[in-house]
Amino acid sequence: MKKFINDVENVENEMLEGIVLAHPEYVTRLEGFDVLVRSDKKAGKVALVSGGGSGHEPSHGGFVGKGMLDGAVAGSVFTSPTPDQVFEAIKAVDAGQGVLLVIKNYTGDIMNFEMAAELAEAEGIKVVNVVTNDDVAVEDSLYTTGRRGVAGTVFVHKIAGAKAETGASLDDVKNTAEKVIANVRTMGVALKPCTVPAAGKPGFELTEEEMELGIGIHGEPGTERKPIQTADEIVDYLMERILKDMSPETGDEVAVMVNGAGATPPMELYILNRRVQQILAEKGIKVFKTFVGDYMTSIDMAGASITLLKLDDELKELLMAEADTIGFKM
Amino acid sequence: MATKVEVLDFIRLFADKMTEHRQELTDLDQAIGDGDHGINMSRGMKAVIEKLPTFEEKGTDEILKSVGMTLVSTVGGASGPLYGTAFMKAGMVVKGKDELSEQDIINMFQEAIVGIQSRGKAVKGEKTMLDSIMPALDQIKASIEAGDSIEDAIVKGEQAAWDGVEFTKTIIATKGRASYLGERSIGHQDPGATSMAYLFQAAKEIAKK
Repeated sequence: MKKFINDVENVENEMLEGIVLAHPEYVTRLEGFDVLVRSDKKAGKVALVSGGGSGHEPSHGGFVGKGMLDGAVAGSVFTSPTPDQVFEAIKAVDAGQGVLLVIKNYTGDIMNFEMAAELAEAEGIKVVNVVTNDDVAVEDSLYTTGRRGVAGTVFVHKIAGAKAETGASLDDVKNTAEKVIANVRTMGVALKPCTVPAAGKPGFELTEEEMELGIGIHGEPGTERKPIQTADEIVDYLMERILKDMSPETGDEVAVMVNGAGATPPMELYILNRRVQQILAEKGIKVFKTFVGDYMTSIDMAGASITLLKLDDELKELLMAEADTIGFKM
Repeated sequence: MATKVEVLDFIRLFADKMTEHRQELTDLDQAIGDGDHGINMSRGMKAVIEKLPTFEEKGTDEILKSVGMTLVSTVGGASGPLYGTAFMKAGMVVKGKDELSEQDIINMFQEAIVGIQSRGKAVKGEKTMLDSIMPALDQIKASIEAGDSIEDAIVKGEQAAWDGVEFTKTIIATKGRASYLGERSIGHQDPGATSMAYLFQAAKEIAKK
């Protein structure tokens, strides 16, 4: 393992210190906790809290700020934060209008955030949650944990955050978040696995000739391993899965996110995006807005995911509303 | 019969085992999960040992509850809430007792299972820690009914826990991150069931003393 680290035990802590030192105008750290909150806490609105394991930067601390999240909780690398940490975040950001928790669909995240919500409710804070599950690679059935929450979560932060900024009620913000979740789909691919610092070695092995399809965001193996193909062929495969699940109609409008997994150069992300746009044009689906970059990473994984969000007038307006955070500006 | 001293020894021994098998549990988790089970469990039990002097003078129920709280706040992932809830629930059924009878020990494991099931929304046969703790308790109950001492019952219970670990290799994961692998999870041993079997190994070694 070759990484810019001092001590595997201090990776998360030192990263948070670095973030605050870089962007004090955006985020402030709750003393003694792994929680970043807005430096300009806004009164009179529903507050949004998200979080999860570290290693997905700029998710989620990078999306704390005007028009997106009010607080983000950072767990250990790829490990859900604990209930006490989430509880502190809830207490810090609640402005009396209630708190929406945006949870990615992982067993650990749900358990820890639910325990935190129970603690907050016992103190009289109104807390509701939504669970993102945009990954089409995982079959949704009664027999699995359900789909994973992956890069599409960033659209939930953006749009529900914009809704909250309008002064909407907790129920309305939650409904808007649910609407995004119902309309967002993602699928990812990895060329090289990532290395969790504390593990010291990659989570799985891929040869030079292999790729892993249906990859998650935690270095967990995907659903299928295949020989590497061209960028266009890979996009064709991912888009077929996404479009099949989403079944958009001609004339529908979508937002596109081509997300890098951490070690994929922008050059390659743009090559992927080129094919995504070609396919959508062929199908008569209008692209309203495109985002290309690292939004939901997996440390040093070489890989990418494609996200489509089907839009209506409300979602379009909220997507374009002002946002000012470290990792997302509109 | 178990004394408070034995409960404390058991906690220390379980912590040692999580440190000793940290890499093995992590390797198992890398195959089907996110590769952090050993790291998280050893960090959590290390925190328990560091905090132990602040609560070891209290009653057994308070000790178990504090272990649970510490795990919840230090382990993270799914294991934190699950092991944390298990210890907290176990503590609640022995309120005010320092000497634990055979029935108390059975009740503790029973409540721990109820807690794990309700927090994790899982049942037996889903390739989780329930697949080692449930057969272990069934075996302990059966042994006691057949006239074994609690010590012998725990020895047999530990064997049942490891049999349960072996069984996890044959089934598909339907809970937790391993469930994303579908049939590819077959053949792999569940890390949570394994750490739970080490808990019974610690209990066995204390019982045999």
